[in-house]
Amino acid sequence: MLDFLLEPFTLGFMRRALAGCLALSVAAPPLGVFLVLRRMSLMSDVLQHGVLPGIAVGAIFAGLSVWAMGLGGVVAGLTVALLAGWLARRTGGREDSQLAGLYLLALAAGVALIAGRRGIDLTHILFGNVLAVDDPALFGMAGVATVTLPVLALIWRPLVLESLDPGFMAATAGRGGLWHLIFLVLVVLCVVSGFVALGTLMSVGLMMLPAVAAQHWSNSLAGQVRTAVLLACLSSVAGLILSYNLDIPAGPAIVLTAGALWAFSLIAGSRASLWRQAMPDA
Amino acid sequence: MITFDDVELRHDGRIVLSGVSGTIASGSLTALTGPNGSGKTTLLRAIAGLHPLSGGRIVRHGLEPADIALLAQGSQLDRSFPIACRDVVALAAPRVGPFRQIGRDQLAAATAALSRTGLDGMDRRPVQALSAGQFQRLLFARTIVRDARLILLDEPFTAVDAASTQLLLSVVHEWHAQGRTVIAVLHDMDMVRRHFPHTLLLAGQTAQWDADTGIQAA
Repeated sequence: MLDFLLEPFTLGFMRRALAGCLALSVAAPPLGVFLVLRRMSLMSDVLQHGVLPGIAVGAIFAGLSVWAMGLGGVVAGLTVALLAGWLARRTGGREDSQLAGLYLLALAAGVALIAGRRGIDLTHILFGNVLAVDDPALFGMAGVATVTLPVLALIWRPLVLESLDPGFMAATAGRGGLWHLIFLVLVVLCVVSGFVALGTLMSVGLMMLPAVAAQHWSNSLAGQVRTAVLLACLSSVAGLILSYNLDIPAGPAIVLTAGALWAFSLIAGSRASLWRQAMPDA
Repeated sequence: MITFDDVELRHDGRIVLSGVSGTIASGSLTALTGPNGSGKTTLLRAIAGLHPLSGGRIVRHGLEPADIALLAQGSQLDRSFPIACRDVVALAAPRVGPFRQIGRDQLAAATAALSRTGLDGMDRRPVQALSAGQFQRLLFARTIVRDARLILLDEPFTAVDAASTQLLLSVVHEWHAQGRTVIAVLHDMDMVRRHFPHTLLLAGQTAQWDADTGIQAA
């Protein structure tokens, strides 16, 4: 049993993956909590596809440099996020339909760009590869976590106010757009930083699933953030252990673990769970 | 004092109000009335500087945005957000910027405002748990801590029962007694006659000052 739990981390690359995933587990879930509360869960979906063409272009111009691919991903992700918001405002349409259109386009463009290139493995970019977590990738994840937490702490109050009551924010303090933009940059940074280990499609799982699950455990914002971080760390450790022992890719293993914790929260959580609804007096 | 000079307002390109001129004195208590779609909310938002004028001007005589508090109808406040009542009120206190710590006085002011609006002991109650009437009281408490010289209320008593309405009306009278300027959009003509010395009636794209509300209500 102890072997099952500890043996994976006797290997250097697994320890790197663990360190990177834990860094991401601390930084990403608080952003996920805000995305859930602002009813922007779809945005995370869009970003995981939206960053793909940027990563592809980075890889094509600079080979498999993590920094080039990361930069491309950040630029592409921000472009998609801002373009969708702008289109929705200009056309008076709903943002979600514009987002759905854009992310399909971005995914197709990304796949088309990568497919023809030798040396770039599409499945590694989509689903990650723990073997590939080298120093730059690890520094990237740790660096993003180091930047995300203080910046989030700084913009916390305006972000809460803007999420709580955008009309009031606009009428009093103004500049709601600035905080929203900073927040979007942080989200894009977190999605991109996780792509080497977890893949673009899976790194969002560590951001969203713990955040959604945390809603079933706490009715305070701080409580939800704490719970989400805890669940994400748990998912990272358990996911990597499963990944090693069952020989499945780390990204899907971590997301499946996070998904299992979400399912448990949905069924047995202390707030608005299926158990609570079935047993209102319990 | 607020002076209207030949104000014209459009909504989606359509003229809703034109040729509005006149003044609202400092410290006055004015009811803004008129049928649905007559431009009451648009005018209120224009006074707050949140709706562009398509003609004329509104002179605010030194009132800064921070001096104006608007209690919007159908507030966009997300009632499912996990936040306690006192925090909602404290966030609205003046001089609470993005970064400065919310001090003890500001928290005490928030608690006092909550109890003034009949929400005693609800400091830590989550917003999700409030009834519609309690929610409206919360919005009043938030307007109290703004400590604004000009207070704009958009249909403040809808979805509020008679007892709450009396309590909130007493808050409005207190603001008036403190010398603040209050403008409220109202439909209840009986209340307007009994509590509001001045009226501004909007109908047919124009405004009528201190019209005989008895006749208009009939």
